[in-house]
Amino acid sequence: MTVAAPAKVQYEAVIGLEVHCQLSTRSKIFSSSATAFGAPPNTNIDPICMGLPGTLPVLNEKVLEYAVKAGLALNCTIAPYSKFDRKQYFYPDLPKNYQISQYDLPIATHGWIEIQLSDGRTKRIGITRLHMEEDAGKLVHAGSDRLSGSSYSLVDFNRAGVPLIEIVSEPDIRSGEEAAEYVQELRRILRYAGLCDGNLQEGSLRCDVNISVRPLGCETFGTKVEIKNMNSFNAIQRAIEYEFNRQVKVVEAGERIVQETRLWEENSQRTISMRKKEGSSDYRYFPEPDLPPIRVTEEQKARWRAELPELPGVKRRRYQEVYGLSVYDARYLSDERNTAEYFEAVIAAGADPKAAANWMMSDIASYLNTHKLDYPDIALKPETLAELIALIEQGTISSKIAKEILPELLEKGGSARALVEAKGMTQISDSTLLEQLIAEVLAENPEQLEQYREGKTKLFGYFVGQLMKKTQGRADPKLANDLLKQHLNG
Amino acid sequence: MLKREEVQHVAHLARLELTEEEEIQFTEQLADILAYVEQLKELDTEGVEPTFHVLDMELPTRPDEVELYPDIEGILANAPDRADRFFKVPRILEGED
Repeated sequence: MTVAAPAKVQYEAVIGLEVHCQLSTRSKIFSSSATAFGAPPNTNIDPICMGLPGTLPVLNEKVLEYAVKAGLALNCTIAPYSKFDRKQYFYPDLPKNYQISQYDLPIATHGWIEIQLSDGRTKRIGITRLHMEEDAGKLVHAGSDRLSGSSYSLVDFNRAGVPLIEIVSEPDIRSGEEAAEYVQELRRILRYAGLCDGNLQEGSLRCDVNISVRPLGCETFGTKVEIKNMNSFNAIQRAIEYEFNRQVKVVEAGERIVQETRLWEENSQRTISMRKKEGSSDYRYFPEPDLPPIRVTEEQKARWRAELPELPGVKRRRYQEVYGLSVYDARYLSDERNTAEYFEAVIAAGADPKAAANWMMSDIASYLNTHKLDYPDIALKPETLAELIALIEQGTISSKIAKEILPELLEKGGSARALVEAKGMTQISDSTLLEQLIAEVLAENPEQLEQYREGKTKLFGYFVGQLMKKTQGRADPKLANDLLKQHLNG
Repeated sequence: MLKREEVQHVAHLARLELTEEEEIQFTEQLADILAYVEQLKELDTEGVEPTFHVLDMELPTRPDEVELYPDIEGILANAPDRADRFFKVPRILEGED
């Protein structure tokens, strides 16, 4: 992101993201309480996540597996030896007064992902580190949703001890669009691998932005500001754009940027100051004495790597390069794993990739949208869609007929060929029969025929319409056109 | 040398209220402890891996299975103040860390 300043100084934004993702486990990171969203307050709690004296945390094996898988999916180096640490601070949503996190030996480091921007350009964003930690509880502010307006707060600890991974990016991001795309790509990757459901509204994916500005070409960093409280990709982009403009104005006015945390306010579309940033040393991290160090073997790593599916970035590229799809089509089809798997099953059943893409992105997409369904929910099996496409290619039905019978196939499934035959909808490609029908059409429309033969050739469409009406749209369009032309002119 | 302000800072982080006498006393005692630990620097630790945990044991893990805790009311009963199923806490002042 750059802007032209009056003094002809151009500024750029330097952005790094911290993304917290809830791992899709059934139970908490160190105890057996459920992680399910939406339970009544304080139902999924136990002595361990509440930090009661005399309890000991025991790591959920799936948390380690999912964290390592996430690290592998993000091209990280997995630490063969890592550990948990205590991050200490006081806040009413933190029952133990410390959070079990990872400080100087995170489970994964030095990764990257490639993002693709709307113009098709790609960019590699570095990932500094990925670590495991436990979530805190949730504060419900009575009386007002602004912190300072409450007379008291209510605490629900259902989230306390829910497993998270925090993914910290390198400061490689330069605009709101890049940031939003980075988070979307992270979400896609984690959803593909079944590690996180990526639900922003339910808080399974949360994003903090670190942003500073500097004159373009400058190598050093400006003072960074942290922005929180964005719960959509759009909000991430707009918060960054707002904050960039705010910081440029401050710098141009000759003032200093204050290092602080700011909140994105959705209603007013601006960021507001929340608190001055604490130094990291104030957390007094130290190794968690209740949990021995974590070892990941080569064997575990190999097994977990083999369990990862093909990831969206690889699919996107393959769809463009192997199937010749456009950037837009490749993005749509690889966006969700269910969509990609359906698409690939249609191709595996013999369909042309472009034809499959067209059907999926038009009629089927709008059907799914209208009925709030996903690909696995529909009765139309990938093989049936391939069959339908084959019927068109073989000339058995026109694409118009195919569109007409599609709703029934989507609702009821079954064989496309059987349905076409049962409905007597096969295309008429028999030229003798077509010629006979054309003769009837001409006989029934003597006036139009005369006008046509006197030079009003745009009536051709009218005759095509009459013929289609007679055949219920079943006439082979190309053959019908050719024959009609011959008869009209002869 | 450890400064009294550092003791005040650490006490604040731990939410400990110290009297003036305690601050003076702890500044001296903590300084002694730090000086004692400083002796470790005399050892040659070249090529020695750092120790992060005193027990040389494998990290135990548990299967990802949900087991509801049977006495949630017992946990809630520990709350100094309650509102139905919630723990009730004094309001949080903006800007407080």
